[in-house]
Amino acid sequence: MKTLRLVWIYPDLLSTYGDRGNALVLERRARLRGLPAEVTEVNSDQRVPADGDVYLIGGGEDVPQTLAARRLIADGGLREAVARGAVLFAVCAGYQVMGHEFGGSDGEPVAGLGLLDMHSARAEPRSVGEIVADVDPALGVPRLTGFENHQGHTKLGPQARPLSRTILGTGNGDGTEGAYQGRVVGTYLHGPALVRNPGLADLLLTWAAGELPPMPPESETLAARLRDERLAAVTPQP
Amino acid sequence: MDSSYREGGRPRLPVRAKIATMAGGTAARVSRMAGRDGSVIGGIVGLRLEPGLLSMLAQGRQVALVTGTNGKTTTTRLITAALGVLGQEVASNAFGANMEAGLTSALSRAPDATMAVLETDEKYIPAMIAATRPRVVVLLNLSRDQMDRAAEIWLLARRWREALASAPGCRVVANADDPLVAWAASGAREVTWVAAGQRWREDSWCCPNCGAHLRRDGDDWSCHECSNRRPPVSWVLADEVMIDPSGIARQIELALPGRANRSNAVVALAAADAFGVKVPSGLRALRTVTSVAGRYTQVRRRGTELRLLLAKNPAGWLEALDVLAPAPVPVLLAVNAQGPDGRDTSWLWDVDYRRLRDRTVLVGGERRIDLAVRLEADEVPFRLVNDLDEAITMAREPVIEVLANYTAFQQYRAVLGRTE
Ligand SMILES: [Zn+2]
Repeated sequence: MKTLRLVWIYPDLLSTYGDRGNALVLERRARLRGLPAEVTEVNSDQRVPADGDVYLIGGGEDVPQTLAARRLIADGGLREAVARGAVLFAVCAGYQVMGHEFGGSDGEPVAGLGLLDMHSARAEPRSVGEIVADVDPALGVPRLTGFENHQGHTKLGPQARPLSRTILGTGNGDGTEGAYQGRVVGTYLHGPALVRNPGLADLLLTWAAGELPPMPPESETLAARLRDERLAAVTPQP
Repeated sequence: MDSSYREGGRPRLPVRAKIATMAGGTAARVSRMAGRDGSVIGGIVGLRLEPGLLSMLAQGRQVALVTGTNGKTTTTRLITAALGVLGQEVASNAFGANMEAGLTSALSRAPDATMAVLETDEKYIPAMIAATRPRVVVLLNLSRDQMDRAAEIWLLARRWREALASAPGCRVVANADDPLVAWAASGAREVTWVAAGQRWREDSWCCPNCGAHLRRDGDDWSCHECSNRRPPVSWVLADEVMIDPSGIARQIELALPGRANRSNAVVALAAADAFGVKVPSGLRALRTVTSVAGRYTQVRRRGTELRLLLAKNPAGWLEALDVLAPAPVPVLLAVNAQGPDGRDTSWLWDVDYRRLRDRTVLVGGERRIDLAVRLEADEVPFRLVNDLDEAITMAREPVIEVLANYTAFQQYRAVLGRTE
């Protein structure tokens, strides 16, 4: 069986807080289904390989975010991979980088990769806290639970669709959260967003590997318990 | 010189500041009688009456400010111990109240102390430099910490750099092995560079000056796109040995465990040196420190020895996991996510737990399920526990290592009946 190639882009620049979790979750969920998977970390002084299956990019501060955007545009590997149909999951600062532009450290617009049809800008106040959002029904993914910590608002253009609608939290700033376009998914759920959202992890794996064999049920118990605990802690009880 | 300066002593406080100090002292006593620790309330009351109180209280004293993401409380304690050999009273906020009110309280409580060693929150360094005009500023390390409320660290490094560049007559004692710290300190006029090591590197793979991926070779680092590089050091930590600027090597032999504390000790001696403390006597004083605000304490409960370790962020956990007694000694890990801990548990994913695979791991704290999912991903077997006693019952071993983050640690200490 072909090994699923997970590529984590620029952990040296964009890995503020637990971003490794997304690579670990995808690898584990593939492995438990008998799908061999390997994670490749690509630092900012290396070329981004164009032959990966799933690409991951995480969060970071303003200066590293701007540096990462410049390097990714100059490198071209990620754009080529996405054009080929590879899956991309972009978080927080990495999410903003995938749009046409975002706000730099002094609020000035910085060019992004344009893989998601959207514009981001800095916005007061900083959005910090638990976030809950209902995913676009077309994707068949259960309600999202996570933590957001960002200072940006994002406006989607006609090519990108909102990933979800917020129940709690800020997300894009207009009642929606995240975006998807083809096989590119972005979200403000920061850090290890896939840990509490195994459904979203499986969507990415399905896009990359086709229909997935089932996981041993006991391997799902803890993640489900965490998910339920967090949702119960922050959503008003009926 | 100020006209209120007393011959050979501390300057006299203006009347308003005196009243503010007295009111603060009263509030602190009332608070202590009510069973609270009183280490901040005095400062809060005093500052409300006299906003300039801290700078008035600091005037005429030799102040050392100690900051960094990890090791502030311990290093403050160690420098205080080293300065003790000079035979004079030293003011200090020994219990970690490290913002303006805590510093103010510490100085109010010790009106006659001519020296002060003050732990200072990373964000407040610029303001506290302006208020206390320190003789020494100690920069330990800089890494991710409670991101939901702390400033971003590249930004923090830039603020330190600006504040230090404009601080006259101040000596900076800085860890040359941490690129962010080194960059922040290199704007200062006088720097004592210490090779204190850097265990956690996830926040400094790139050059803080230009952003290029840094070249690293052991503890050495340099940027290939700008001139930023590790500065030449005069104090060195090499495993168990320290080398001072005269080239003499000595075994450190602390009572406190771990590499991180040896690193804190070398930095402390470099800071104490600026106050005239000689290395041999300073080092002897450091060896007498056995516990810092309850950390590293050993407590007996129901026939089991509990060794308490506090760590608040991924860099701290990484260091703490190094300090654990070897397997098969069981370990209890406990995590909360209250305000002081940071409400976000994402940081758990930045720590590598795989080295715990060969021992009994117990998982407690209010966010134990978050930690359990993390351990599951690293294939570390564990058992969930509701409290300390359940952990003792389950482990059935003479010794348990307890590693907890801030409020989880405080909760365990309260159960153990110590509220130092
Ligand atoms: Zn550079």
